[in-house]
Amino acid sequence: MARLKMKKLEEYLQCVDHFEQPKILLEQYPTPPHIAACMTHHMQAQHDDIDGKFVADLGCGCGMLSIGAALLGAQLTVGFELDDAALNIYRQNVIDMELPGVDGVRVNVLHLAGSKWDNVFDTVLMNPPFGTKHNAGMDMRFLDVGMRLATGAVYSLHKTSTRTYIQKKSKEWGARGNVVAELRYNIDASYKFHKQKSKDIEVDFWRFDVSDL
Amino acid sequence: MKLSTYNFLTSMAIKGVKVGYPLKLTISKKDVVESEFNPVFIERLLPKLDWSAVYGAAQVAELAEDIPATQPENISDDEQLLQRLHHLLFEIDVLEGQMECPETGRIFPITDGIPNMLLNEDEV
Repeated sequence: MARLKMKKLEEYLQCVDHFEQPKILLEQYPTPPHIAACMTHHMQAQHDDIDGKFVADLGCGCGMLSIGAALLGAQLTVGFELDDAALNIYRQNVIDMELPGVDGVRVNVLHLAGSKWDNVFDTVLMNPPFGTKHNAGMDMRFLDVGMRLATGAVYSLHKTSTRTYIQKKSKEWGARGNVVAELRYNIDASYKFHKQKSKDIEVDFWRFDVSDL
Repeated sequence: MKLSTYNFLTSMAIKGVKVGYPLKLTISKKDVVESEFNPVFIERLLPKLDWSAVYGAAQVAELAEDIPATQPENISDDEQLLQRLHHLLFEIDVLEGQMECPETGRIFPITDGIPNMLLNEDEV
């Protein structure tokens, strides 16, 4: 059971502040409130992966997913992020929404694997950089880190075009991966080089069961 | 930054550092935030925590009288200690301070509640 209805959750998430000046190199696309609400609600309602759990948010940005998890009862959530501007907004969002159990840490996510964070979290969630611009394969490196940090489940978004590859890698890692939903991910014209006003891309919402790893 | 988070932070990503733990914590400004007490959560978290760093954090936060220096057995039966651990780990919010690598002396600042563990390229 989820302690909030999806509609209510989405209403709250619409109040979450975004990047003031998104950075292209870091692929800072905000996670839309509707998608964040659908994702976090699914994690709790279908799999009981949020309420009372220890949750990590890799590349947390301004905290859309972390805050969704906290609103659904995550006991403790740690957001990891490289960018200080994003983290300052993250922190302010958490304070404004009066969520005591959320911490932000400025760090390179790729440095977390093999540290004391290994196998600490029940659930790891992320909307990783898709790795399409200057950092090819970045989403897979985030996913690899997520699988090391989680003991229960990892949730992530990846471009639908990479589905077969991710299924194969997931098997290699010994995780049971499933596509929960196909999303039309609307990226607003955040950056000047986008010619259209907004552009939909096809994205898969994945759940990886890592409890056997 | 909560002291639960502190318990997992290391400087081991620095080139040449072997353990990088525990980081030497200094608190110059802190706040107390109330949060829901969940004894089951603490019991599940305890095996993942390093008790010496829990006790070290308690000393820095001036709560050492609440926390035994060595981890007692059967903590789950001790409601009072669980509540004190809850307060120490989840309700103390470090706003300003720093953590120092025990091997290199490298300082990781905590600013506006956010620890900065980011390393320069020449450090990794």
